[in-house]
Amino acid sequence: MLEATDIIKRFGGLVAVSDASLTVPEGRIVSLIGPNGAGKTTLFAVISGFLKPDAGRITFAGTDVTGMRPHEVCRLGLVRTFQVVQPFANLTVRENIAAGAHNRIRGRAEALDHAGEVGKRLGMGGMLDQPAGALTVAGRKRLELSRALATGPKLLLLDEVMAGLNATEITEIVEVIRGIRDTGITILLIEHVMQAVMSLSDYTYVLNNGAIISRGAPREVAADPQVVEAYLGHGASERIAAGGAGA
Amino acid sequence: MTGTMGWRIFWLVLGALAIVAPWIITSGFWINFLILTLFLAFLGQGWNIMGGYGGQFSFGHAVFFGTGAYIQAILQSKFGWNPWLTLWFAMAGGVLVAAFIGYLSFRYGLRGSYFALITLAFAEAFRVLATAAEGVTEGGKGILIALNQDPERSFAMMQFATGTGYYYFILILTVLSLVVVWAMERSRFGAQLVAVRENEDAAEAIGVNAFRVKMGAICLSGAMTALGGVFYVQKFLLMDPNIAYGPTKSVEALVVPIIGGMGTVFGPLLGSAFLHTMGEITKEATQFFWQDRPGLDLIFYGVILVLVLAFLPNGLVGLIKGQWRGRRQGRAAERKKAVA
Repeated sequence: MLEATDIIKRFGGLVAVSDASLTVPEGRIVSLIGPNGAGKTTLFAVISGFLKPDAGRITFAGTDVTGMRPHEVCRLGLVRTFQVVQPFANLTVRENIAAGAHNRIRGRAEALDHAGEVGKRLGMGGMLDQPAGALTVAGRKRLELSRALATGPKLLLLDEVMAGLNATEITEIVEVIRGIRDTGITILLIEHVMQAVMSLSDYTYVLNNGAIISRGAPREVAADPQVVEAYLGHGASERIAAGGAGA
Repeated sequence: MTGTMGWRIFWLVLGALAIVAPWIITSGFWINFLILTLFLAFLGQGWNIMGGYGGQFSFGHAVFFGTGAYIQAILQSKFGWNPWLTLWFAMAGGVLVAAFIGYLSFRYGLRGSYFALITLAFAEAFRVLATAAEGVTEGGKGILIALNQDPERSFAMMQFATGTGYYYFILILTVLSLVVVWAMERSRFGAQLVAVRENEDAAEAIGVNAFRVKMGAICLSGAMTALGGVFYVQKFLLMDPNIAYGPTKSVEALVVPIIGGMGTVFGPLLGSAFLHTMGEITKEATQFFWQDRPGLDLIFYGVILVLVLAFLPNGLVGLIKGQWRGRRQGRAAERKKAVA
């Protein structure tokens, strides 16, 4: 469904993404993990059209989308959410979601109706007429998700939708994401909450210093010495293997 | 909110009053007062589309007003065209200038104060141009439109012998502008425009072509504001570079919706009514208490403006809505208490 090949993105002298490639098969949940500053969000921005890559190629559902603008990519069915949520603060929850629904729906009344349905499906039924600015962090994350979902995507890129949520809220949103996948929408997510990565994703890529250092089923990846070192520092995996008390 | 019975009655009464006003008000002064109030409401509505709904603050809306006005004046005085025909060219001129400024600004991603400065610069450049191009615009002398002497042809020449004619003319324009903005608010275009105002990146991410939406808004705004220029020319039969492109019209066009409530259908009308009423009251009051002190009323006027801006961030419409919501919540709380 999505194929990013040899993506390079530089900011001045800094190489944020270097030769990263990843593939997301249809109907799966794929996760992208890595330490802070690894380049995960930059890679998302490149895939969704917010940044132009310096090299590499992105194809989505058979179309070359490299260098397309975000709204064009969205029309094709590839939608991202933002790590720092970006609600339309002066609008109600329903109006926020309807702005997404307008991607496929022309009529205002139909878009508002569809927004109500999507909102209810994601557990925002009671908040539809509240101003988005008044929502809690968890509410805003759900809104971000609802708005993206209302655009009628084939592939959702979720950038840390669980950051800042408590354990109960995480359990809820994991269910919500699984529910979205079950309706046939493919998902690529960036996440730091490992419990969620383990339980949700079918496949995991690990990004460090802009390069993919490991890939595979979540369990295999978590055991990969390279990955452990990327997170805990050089030599950490040997110390753990030696039965270090610190592990 | 307008769906409730009370508001419907309010608007019906107000509409009826607006229609019969010339029969009730016979004084030329007050008819003129109404004409200028409606004219400014119309001008403010043009700004409101782009600034209020689109969040693109223009400090140079005179560039559209003046272009419309000059085209209307030049085509009539130099080529003898009928004003009902020149009107369309004036509006097209407004759209053209809007598209040009919009393309340059939005293509290169100018936002916020940079965009405001660009529009200001364009208005000023056009003012200099209009002063310099004497062959076309008569320069600083200005263009005079020949007065229509034949009362039979007052409609055909878009010149009315009494204030009543101009009153209905601007009333129709204002109502049309309200309908346009009302319909816009309930359309996909309107929803996308507001989304761009609230957060351009987020809007792009959910499929909004921000560039196209902003271009649409600036062109619509330009057309409407140019039509304001057409009205001005037909009413005062005069156009010169300072009236056309000077800062006065730019400031008026943005103050009215800011006072009344940006991004609301009735904000500009409310703001204009409030400003004109306050202007008259302060003028009368200063004259009554301190006799003739020219300029004193302007100071009061300024103080009121500052107070409104400081305490009513959402304008007068925000104030009314807040009151209404407060009352409703109060009632709901009482009902809850009664149940308990």
